[in-house]
Amino acid sequence: MGQIVLKKVQKKFDDVEVIPPLDLTIEDGEFTVFVGPSGCGKSTLLRLIAGLEDVTAGSIEIDGKEAADLPPAKRGLSMVFQSYALYPHMSVRKNIAFPLKMAKMDSAEIKKRVEAAAEVLNLTSYLDRRPGQLSGGQRQRVAIGRSIVREPSAFLFDEPLSNLDAALRVGMRMEISELHKRLDTTMVYVTHDQVEAMTMADKIVVLQAGVVEQVGSPLDLYHSPKNKFVAGFIGSPKMNLIEGDEAKKHNAQTIGIRPEHIAVADGNGEWSGVVGVSEHLGSDTFFHVHDTGLADMITVRVEGDVGLKYGDKINLSPRQDLIHKFDQQGDRIV
Amino acid sequence: MARAVTGQRKMINTLAAWSVGLLIFFPILWTILTSFKSEAQAIANPPVFFLFDWTLENYSAVQERSNYSKFLWNSIIIAGGSTLLGVLIAVPAAWSMAFVPGKRTKDILLWMLSTKMLPAVGVLYPIYLGFVKAGLLDTRVGLVIVMMLINLPIIVWMLYTYFREIPSEILEAARMDGATLRDEIIHVLTPMAIPGIASTLLLNFILAWNEAFWTLNLTAAKAAPLTAFIASYSSPEGLFFAKLSAASTMAIAPILILGWFSQKQLVRGLTFGAVK
Amino acid sequence: MAPAVFLLLVWMLVPLITTLFFSFKKYLPLRGDELGKGLDWVGFENYSRFLNSSSFWPSVQTTLLIVGSVLVITVVLGVLLALLLDQPMWGQGIVRILIISPFFVMPTVSALVWKNMFMDSNYGLFAHLWRFFGAEPVQWLSQSSIESIIMIVSWQWLPFATLILLTAIQSLDSEQLEASEMDGAPVLKRFWYIILPHLGRAITVVILIQTIFLLAVFAEIFVTTGGAFGSRTLTYLIFQRVLESQNVGLGSAGGVYAIILANIVALFLMRIVGKNLDQ
Repeated sequence: MGQIVLKKVQKKFDDVEVIPPLDLTIEDGEFTVFVGPSGCGKSTLLRLIAGLEDVTAGSIEIDGKEAADLPPAKRGLSMVFQSYALYPHMSVRKNIAFPLKMAKMDSAEIKKRVEAAAEVLNLTSYLDRRPGQLSGGQRQRVAIGRSIVREPSAFLFDEPLSNLDAALRVGMRMEISELHKRLDTTMVYVTHDQVEAMTMADKIVVLQAGVVEQVGSPLDLYHSPKNKFVAGFIGSPKMNLIEGDEAKKHNAQTIGIRPEHIAVADGNGEWSGVVGVSEHLGSDTFFHVHDTGLADMITVRVEGDVGLKYGDKINLSPRQDLIHKFDQQGDRIV
Repeated sequence: MARAVTGQRKMINTLAAWSVGLLIFFPILWTILTSFKSEAQAIANPPVFFLFDWTLENYSAVQERSNYSKFLWNSIIIAGGSTLLGVLIAVPAAWSMAFVPGKRTKDILLWMLSTKMLPAVGVLYPIYLGFVKAGLLDTRVGLVIVMMLINLPIIVWMLYTYFREIPSEILEAARMDGATLRDEIIHVLTPMAIPGIASTLLLNFILAWNEAFWTLNLTAAKAAPLTAFIASYSSPEGLFFAKLSAASTMAIAPILILGWFSQKQLVRGLTFGAVK
Repeated sequence: MAPAVFLLLVWMLVPLITTLFFSFKKYLPLRGDELGKGLDWVGFENYSRFLNSSSFWPSVQTTLLIVGSVLVITVVLGVLLALLLDQPMWGQGIVRILIISPFFVMPTVSALVWKNMFMDSNYGLFAHLWRFFGAEPVQWLSQSSIESIIMIVSWQWLPFATLILLTAIQSLDSEQLEASEMDGAPVLKRFWYIILPHLGRAITVVILIQTIFLLAVFAEIFVTTGGAFGSRTLTYLIFQRVLESQNVGLGSAGGVYAIILANIVALFLMRIVGKNLDQ
């Protein structure tokens, strides 16, 4: 069981309010990702749940029990840190066994659990090494191992992949997702990378300046962002945001159109411009189009390769049904 | 990428560096060699390097004449005692400054360092007088206290820089893992701090061993350590090179060997972390 | 934190205040002055007498000469040695140990070894060497006492300078040097524009720390010349006034001068260390 309910949770450092009162429910077994730009309070929020920071006001319920005043170890949660935070003087075996030893479990049971975890994480042949002798990915697995042996009611991850190189990151992403499917335990995951959020989450919580901008499934956020911030933050390449006359035509302050929802027209599209830099990914091509009179630059995504070069004229036609409209406050117009 | 260096170039570097190294080390080498010569060979012209009758008689003569082992024992007690005592007092201080720093922590650290820069001679008489009054003159206890106080700022500083390198995420991980404060100290902090504490002990032992202002001025017959033992050879009647060499070798050998082990930590300890 | 702070506070303040107190008093224990009987207040007389005594300025000059020369020698040779040690070679670890060793030799030992086995005008190695070339051996410690002391002290401190400068050189990003090489800077220019500025801070630290220790050089003089032949430094002068001639008031006034001098140096060192603390 691992339902986490935050009610009116607030955090101040001295007089600075980093998290204004906030309500959030994380359902049992759900993979929830906190995402937002750096400094948005996502890590602070995770640390409040973990108990590594004390709430200024409000309540945190874990499995229906008030936990805001419990010390971290009593909350039944485990955490994987950005720097892995392995104990450098202990072998992998001892690292993974540490929380069990702290819980005064008997040594036969500890041995059984540690070996089971090592099996799952492919660490069996490294059990007697020190963390210093492992690669980044292996250290990451040890940190995960240390958190799963306790069989916590929820796992907390604080930007766990940000110290890994790109290829390894994709692999670990899969491993964590698979672990979630297998254990079926609540996971709360903090990242600044919206790709991680989109690929892993059941539920994404988008934060900015301590405020929850939107909560929803990855596709909810993609198809109906609640405001300009979420629209710009979710999706890659970024949504094009256009203001001025073009927006007024749609009775909006700002309109947004995703690069993949603009087609290159043969003859006369609604918009036209000059091709700037193009990024060829093989499967897709991203064109940066200038001089459209709409915005500094419009990004267009085309499948495959299109024979357009730097400086060529280009005609564009956006899919009218997929244009997002925002009002003066930046909120979505339905 | 480091470039491959030609063998010739490396050979020249090696020759140059070894020549300079041996030149700098020569006085020590010469002292050690001379300690095994007879007095006649010690002052022979031209000097003899290795082809002489090696003898240990100087060592036994020195022990007989000046009771080397008493001075050695004093040195060990004074350097060891002051270092241990200093670390015992400094660990809690450095600990709290590294893990629960306050607004004044930095000022306090700098102030501590500044006490180290007080010229000893400026306060010689008050200390001397205090020692006479307290009956501490020429006692090992007195020297242990003074040495401890002299090196306390360095000890606090070294420990502080080591403790500060223990990442706070590790302590948080331990808390998440259910460690109590006691578990945290026993299973996580202490093992991680031990290398730092060990090198602090080592460096301060060396510094206290070699200190030659207070040891010369505050001791006489009873509590004098090796610095004073050697100084007693400066009188003209002590112009016996072989015996002087034997005495010198005995005074520096223990610390030279310890020093070789501690040289990696030396830079950081003596520059208060300003050069890493 | 409290016990350590308290101890150091007592250790610093009590003697400091006592020294200040004595410096305004006539205090000659050998002529019957006693603390218990009360001491005569003499105002700034000790200060002016210390300043005006015929030994004061020579001792300051000697101090500055010794400190300045040792600094120049150790820093210049230290930079060169550090550059050499940074090159690829065989047995680097052993060379490092050879070079660092003098630092671990206690001052009284190095002073005695140099005084007798090298500088003795009859049997010292230098005398043998001079005779070998047909020259008259030098009376090192009486004829060139200051130079001799500079030599001994430089030998003791060169390892320290070398080790710190080597550490600093090794922390230089090799890409910076490669970039300057690509930009066409020849070896000497690379040293001058890249390596030396990079060493700036380490050199400053070496200078400041050594200055503090060098101002207090004691055992080397105590053992070799005993302050004779113009080798009396400020520290040694104060030591003589206080312990040898037992003029505590006068010596204490000198002590206050020495404290002021050391504090000026310390102020600069603190700035550097303090800045480093903020990083």
